[in-house]
Amino acid sequence: MKRSANLRLALRYLGALVLTVFFLFPIYWLFMISFKTADEIYAFPPVWWPETMQWDNYIVLFRDGDATTVLNSFIVAGASTVLAMFLGTICAYSIARFRTGGDNLANWILSQRMVPPVAVVFPIFLLYVWFGIVDTYLGLILLYTAFNLPYVIWMMRGYILDIPLALEESALVDGCSRWQVIWKVVFPMCRAGLFATAIFTFVFAWNDFIFALVLTRTEITTYTVQVTHYFGGQSNFWSKISAMSVLGTVPVFIVVGFMQRYLVRGISLGAVKG
Amino acid sequence: MSGPTVRSGDRGFRYTLVAPSIFVLLLIGVFPIVYLLMVSFQGLTMTDNDTSFQGLLNFRALLDDTRLWQSLMHTVFFTAIALPAELLLGLAMAQLFIDRMPGRQVFIALLVLPVVVAPIVSGATWSLMFDNRFGPINQILGWITGEEMAVLWTVKPHLVYPAILMAEIWQWTPFMFLLLLAALSGVDKSQLEAASIDGAGWWSTFFRIVLPAIWPVMAVAILIRGLDLFRLFDVVWALTKGGPGTMTETISIFTYVKGFQQFETSYTGAVALLIIVLLTVLLTVLLKRVSIAR
Repeated sequence: MKRSANLRLALRYLGALVLTVFFLFPIYWLFMISFKTADEIYAFPPVWWPETMQWDNYIVLFRDGDATTVLNSFIVAGASTVLAMFLGTICAYSIARFRTGGDNLANWILSQRMVPPVAVVFPIFLLYVWFGIVDTYLGLILLYTAFNLPYVIWMMRGYILDIPLALEESALVDGCSRWQVIWKVVFPMCRAGLFATAIFTFVFAWNDFIFALVLTRTEITTYTVQVTHYFGGQSNFWSKISAMSVLGTVPVFIVVGFMQRYLVRGISLGAVKG
Repeated sequence: MSGPTVRSGDRGFRYTLVAPSIFVLLLIGVFPIVYLLMVSFQGLTMTDNDTSFQGLLNFRALLDDTRLWQSLMHTVFFTAIALPAELLLGLAMAQLFIDRMPGRQVFIALLVLPVVVAPIVSGATWSLMFDNRFGPINQILGWITGEEMAVLWTVKPHLVYPAILMAEIWQWTPFMFLLLLAALSGVDKSQLEAASIDGAGWWSTFFRIVLPAIWPVMAVAILIRGLDLFRLFDVVWALTKGGPGTMTETISIFTYVKGFQQFETSYTGAVALLIIVLLTVLLTVLLKRVSIAR
């Protein structure tokens, strides 16, 4: 009995190991290429480990200014997250506490998330041309705010419903205004929820490609669009593809490392209470 | 009950709270659809600025557009393979990690990394992996078969599908895994024990107890992934741009090409509306069967 249990455990470790190798190898490959020299990148057969770690591929990106696209991603994703979180949370509060708009409003808002980007990006582009906000921070921030709002409202509604009503009532009795109740009771009480939701909102905007592709030109190119600028005829740009991708991916990995606890609830649209 | 209560909010306040969100959603969410409705009945193209009413002209053109229906079929094809594959693989992985084992959390933390990689980056990564000469996949295949391999993964017509599916399944299986793992850990242990005392086999336990218990989460996972696959764009864009020819063109890529490379304004409007209508019908049918856990 003991022996078969040990064997079982060993097999499970073997399985876990195989899976980890499978799912991490492409990431390893991407990262490793960014440290290779051109000779190593275009070596046949492929080199699995660069001779020396060298940062030239990154230095080039910083020297040519390509690396500022990561900053653009940061500004756009950061600002739209703050906006969406604030507007979405107060909206969610109204829906959760006062049942504003009833089920219809809540469902309509959720359905907004399901619209495929490609179906609406075209008219949005024309609208932006009209407003003159193509290739501006404002344009992308507004767009990501709008596309994240349904998610924020849906998630925060769930978190707010978990707050005991009595807390808010006693704050009202103590003479707080309604805004103060939101600011002093609701926000602090669902801090964990705010944090988790904000991270997903951020990652969505950070990783978006199609909106940024259509709505930026040269001024505020985000890193995802920049990566595709290196695709093309001659494959000489592999070093840039990988270094740029790594610059954009490392921040997300760091963020996700801190939020393991909230991951499941966040990506399941709240269906799993983690 | 005296004194102010939370629920008896005055009307002004509750609407003030929702107003900004509704405004933004109307502007970015509803305006485009109204605009699509308008423009799709006109005759705008790159060269023709014709805003006169054209009736159903564009919609009739949809029916005859084989490229459109093929791109829709490609989308359906990718979904039909990737979704079940991700689901089954994810479920198998969740089963593997459901019991405690030392280092379990570390494995899980590592396995979910593909989910947060930008899809365009994951597409780029796989195009590096699949490169016929400098990519490791042909090299590994060469070791297995014992001869040098130079398979043109992203070029040869019938190899591009496996390449795209590979990238897609690699990225999103961990998503299924994570959700199903959470769902499986919520299954009532005492029921499982009772079943094993009654001598129920693994399969019957799974179908009678486990599956009904995890179904609500599984349904949400399928819904989320299904919607994502319907809009599949980034990975294909990075790997093949819809090529060779239009062989891997998904409905999203088709719409993009029509709108932003061929500037068929009115026709693109009709295509976009078609997508929205199809999706709405699909969702209505699906949601009738599955109510989302709230």
